Amino acid sequence: MTITKRFRGLGREERRGLVTGLLFITPWMIGFLAFRVVPFVMSFYYSFTFYPILQSPKWIGLANFRNLFTDTRFLSALYNTAYYALFAVPLAMVVGIGLAMLLNMKVRGLSAFRTIFYLPSITPVVATALVWLWMFNPRGGIINYVLSLVGIRGPGWMGSPMWAKPALILMSLWGVGGAVVIYLAALQDVPRELVEASHLDGANVPRQIWHVTLPMISPVILFNVIVGLIAAFQLFTEVHVMTRGSGSPADSTLMMSIYLWQSAFRFFKMGYASAQAWFMFLIIVIFTIILFRVSGRLVYYGGK
Amino acid sequence: MASQVDLAQVQNTAHRTTTIHIRLVRGITSVLKYVALFFFSCFFILPWVWMISTSLKNPAELAVWPPIWIPKPIRWDNYIFAFQQADFSRYVINTLIIAVPCVIGAVLSNALAAYGFARVRWPGRDLVFAAVLATMILPGFVTFIPLYIVFHKLNWINTYLPLIVPTFLANPFFIFLLRQFFMGLPVELSDAARVDGASELGIFWQIILPLAKPALAVVALFQFIGSWNDYFGPLIYLNDKKLYTVSLGIANMQSTYGFMNYAWIMAATVMSVLPIIILFFFAQRTFIEGIALTGLKG
Repeated sequence: MTITKRFRGLGREERRGLVTGLLFITPWMIGFLAFRVVPFVMSFYYSFTFYPILQSPKWIGLANFRNLFTDTRFLSALYNTAYYALFAVPLAMVVGIGLAMLLNMKVRGLSAFRTIFYLPSITPVVATALVWLWMFNPRGGIINYVLSLVGIRGPGWMGSPMWAKPALILMSLWGVGGAVVIYLAALQDVPRELVEASHLDGANVPRQIWHVTLPMISPVILFNVIVGLIAAFQLFTEVHVMTRGSGSPADSTLMMSIYLWQSAFRFFKMGYASAQAWFMFLIIVIFTIILFRVSGRLVYYGGK
Repeated sequence: MASQVDLAQVQNTAHRTTTIHIRLVRGITSVLKYVALFFFSCFFILPWVWMISTSLKNPAELAVWPPIWIPKPIRWDNYIFAFQQADFSRYVINTLIIAVPCVIGAVLSNALAAYGFARVRWPGRDLVFAAVLATMILPGFVTFIPLYIVFHKLNWINTYLPLIVPTFLANPFFIFLLRQFFMGLPVELSDAARVDGASELGIFWQIILPLAKPALAVVALFQFIGSWNDYFGPLIYLNDKKLYTVSLGIANMQSTYGFMNYAWIMAATVMSVLPIIILFFFAQRTFIEGIALTGLKG
């Protein structure tokens, strides 16, 4: 009722604008409701149920969530995901900024280097996973061969519970090119006068980077870190392909997403999987909020 | 007098040493810069070399120590095998059957939505747009179980519909990207057309869309790559091997052919990457502009 009243209260122009605007966004609204809001609410409901897909869901209250914290496989999935994110995200940040800064130093053949760094990030993840799996192979793989050239005896990588996660982290660096291109675009937008002024004030290069360049690109750093973190929490395809969905060896690469997939499609526990999905969602929201909060003091938005 | 000359001399040499010093530092930085770039380039190129090299080996050369870089003889047959025996050709056709409608759907639906948010003024617009942005951080893992159940009930499992239909209903990331572009076009364009009596849809179709071609190309490109590379969607919605896409198909070759036939898998992998690389070289500028557009102007 109030909506119609409000609608009448609008001017003729406004009313026409509203109708036109809503018509244009209709496809999005249908998608938003059907593929976002409704499934979002439904998965919240399912997370409180026992739901083997062929029967109808049965309400069991908080049992799924309570089980999460006694389920050793879930706990190791949590640990593995945290381990991966803790190393992969900062590493991607440091290497991404570093490469972008290198490319920003008046490099000859810039577009060739940019292509070399960027191409892996649009390569099908399955292709990436298959190649790296073969590179990590301890018998005929190229990585242990390269290590042997400098006198290191390489580990078993994806076959070793200790080295499988580092292998995934190393592999993730190959996809850092997308972030490099974004950082590079940001660096090119840093006003030259600022850098020159700091130079005249006697700042050396490290101080220039620390006090001028990094603050100026800090919004972009925040953006990339958040995107990277969300992606890291959902790491799936690489592990699924390289371990054929198992998270082997000894569950050492069992990520939250892999266990979620297993719960849903191997064990058909839709309710339990939904509880995991919600747990994952909460973690992502909490970390995004923390990043925004912490960065409030560090990020400089005056650049533009 | 004498001391003055000395002083000038001292200053002069000091000056010269600092210039030499600066030059030296610059020279070293420049060398270091290229050394670092070379080192990183090796890291980024190595997997390509290894991929191609492996794809041309015969099985006996696979697990040899030290590894063989250039196989003898070069086995081009691996590609023919992958293409014919391993069903790669079918996977390509299947993937195109999915990707082409997805590209059309994404361009149309996102352009419409972005136009509604960028160039039509209506009460509550910015609030609704905030909802668009909020869904960006909603992880796909939260929604996929109910979606799977719904598609299951609709009998859409083992069809391409769950992969295609959602792209016709817009995506926050693309809306955001196109909205940025549409907002950059001058308002006068629309105003002039409105004075001439053009409808809003007419303005959208005849004036704005033709001007937005570069941005639409970015959407088309990203959607094509997204569909081509997608693994999770086909994995959960397709069970029948005849329906497999390229990504799902080559991942599955592992269990069919095993490690002893990794050369075939690598041959298929090279072919799966090839369209993406060709696209990249044809549309390099679109890529770089697109990625900068999405990341920066937040």
